[in-house]
Amino acid sequence: MTTAKQNDHYVAPYDASVSFDELPDSAPSSRYKPSWTGWLGIGVVSFWVFIAVFGPYLAPLGENDLPFPDDYSEFQMPRPGAWLGTDESDRDVLSRLMYGAGRTIGISFAATLLAYFIGVVMGIGAAISTPRVDMIVSRINDAFLSLPTIMLGLVVVAAVGSSIPVLIITAGVIYATVVFRLARALGQEIMVMDFVEAARVRGEGRWWIITREIWPNAAMPLMTDFGLRLIYVILFISSLSFLGLGVQPPQADWGSMVRENLGALSYGVSVIPVLAPAVAIATLTVAINLVVDDISAHSGGKLSKRL
Amino acid sequence: MATLILKRLGIGLVTVIAVSLIIFFGTKILPGDAAQIRLGQSATPENVAAFRARLGLDQPYIIQYFTWLKKFMVGDLGTSLASDVPISDLIADRYKNTVFVSALTAAIGVPISLALGIMAAMYPGTLYDRVLTLVSVSLVAAPEFFTATLLVILFVFVLGVGNAIVVGSTEGKGLFELISHFALPITTLCFVIASQLIRMSRAAVLNVMSSPYIEMAILKGVPRKRIIFRHALLNAIGPIVNVVALNLAYLVTGVIVVEVYFGYNGLATLIVQGVQTRDYILIQGLGMIFCMTYVILMLIADIAAYASNARLRHPK
Repeated sequence: MTTAKQNDHYVAPYDASVSFDELPDSAPSSRYKPSWTGWLGIGVVSFWVFIAVFGPYLAPLGENDLPFPDDYSEFQMPRPGAWLGTDESDRDVLSRLMYGAGRTIGISFAATLLAYFIGVVMGIGAAISTPRVDMIVSRINDAFLSLPTIMLGLVVVAAVGSSIPVLIITAGVIYATVVFRLARALGQEIMVMDFVEAARVRGEGRWWIITREIWPNAAMPLMTDFGLRLIYVILFISSLSFLGLGVQPPQADWGSMVRENLGALSYGVSVIPVLAPAVAIATLTVAINLVVDDISAHSGGKLSKRL
Repeated sequence: MATLILKRLGIGLVTVIAVSLIIFFGTKILPGDAAQIRLGQSATPENVAAFRARLGLDQPYIIQYFTWLKKFMVGDLGTSLASDVPISDLIADRYKNTVFVSALTAAIGVPISLALGIMAAMYPGTLYDRVLTLVSVSLVAAPEFFTATLLVILFVFVLGVGNAIVVGSTEGKGLFELISHFALPITTLCFVIASQLIRMSRAAVLNVMSSPYIEMAILKGVPRKRIIFRHALLNAIGPIVNVVALNLAYLVTGVIVVEVYFGYNGLATLIVQGVQTRDYILIQGLGMIFCMTYVILMLIADIAAYASNARLRHPK
């Protein structure tokens, strides 16, 4: 039943017959050699990571500086001094894009890490605990999973307001539910394998079994899933920012840049202020997807079908 | 089968209750309460207390929750905090746009994507299949506003047709006029669901195609087209219905972004406004409506999966 797991939010019925294709049948074959689409993806991702880290130092101007302070210069076409033109408040689009990279990528990466931390600990924990505890935790998880992520985000932002830590924690907790399901299923599948049984019979403790037996076998499928989850988190954070509920102005972030400059589509000289951040997000997420696809094709998994 | 569906309906009901708890208590952690928000900072404590009593906010949370749930069930969504208008009136003005755009997206996007996906499954590995796969892999990971921006640039700036910004209501317009009015939002959403639908319907058909009875038909010498339409598709219907329901549920997110992008009034823009003005009575009501739509579509997806997959019907 492959279709049952292809949606981000989809809750498969908790049936034993649902198994995970991602579990390697044999030891992972030799080292990963990317195909050309893989290299393309790696190249684009590396480029954005570089911009995310060094963007603020390399940017020609500060994120709220005006390249042409003396002119009325809203939505200008690119020209020397502002290589991607200016935005709705006369600021330099290129500089804001470079400042925004770190925020968009940093928040998303931190949130995905948090999601993985919570999801893996709880998921493997549920897999090795008693059926009763497992069922209770899984049912609570299901309730959260059956909500559209953006709705959960809206409720949280409405309740506590929006700031960068709130965004990271919100996205981290929301996406932990998906990771939980994967980690739990992987944990359960590995738990019944002979080598785990052997370790238990040998008298190894629970911690030893988790770290030495389960984790090494669950790591690979979880790593590939990390890439997919990162894509969803980037889209989630960008969508929230786009709705005006994520990173708050005047701080730059790719999603909020699209929102701020929407006016360019109806009365701007240049559409670049809207196009540039949208293209930045799309190239980043598509590139991550290409790498994930390539890795899972290499390891023979079926992860590529899950998006 | 019947018991399984009943069981799934039961789980659905429990989910809806859990969702209502999350939404209700999620909005309760707000600093300050409805009365304070409604009356503003300058209100005297007596006024606030009187208003709290009128809204029932002086009661214990658990009582408030059940009152709210009971009212929701009979369609009473309460009064907006920001504008002092019944929520149902606010919705009445706007739901048509949202329903119209979603329904047309489903009516146009679903058949086209399914046809494309099934065609890709008919000729796997061909140039057509590979190009389609590459395009859908790329689109599936791109945000809605990227697709929307490309479409606006193409239609409005390059071809000079259509509106970048949709204004006005659906009142007094013919169907054709309406479609052209909403052409860009609908096309954007069609792309959003198409990228997933194409991949998933292709996978669903290919999955059936690898079963032994199809191999038997191939060995018998049945023509490929006949295999697809007479043998494979019938068994792929369940998974395809599952996939369609999942993707329509996914529209819930897409609709929010697209309504804000194209700036027309719908339910999604209403809830975003609710969040900005901290009108949490509005968020509670609309949040429930969105989440219930989502849960119901998920339910349909699951039941379709049960109906089509004997292994799910008879768990080990």
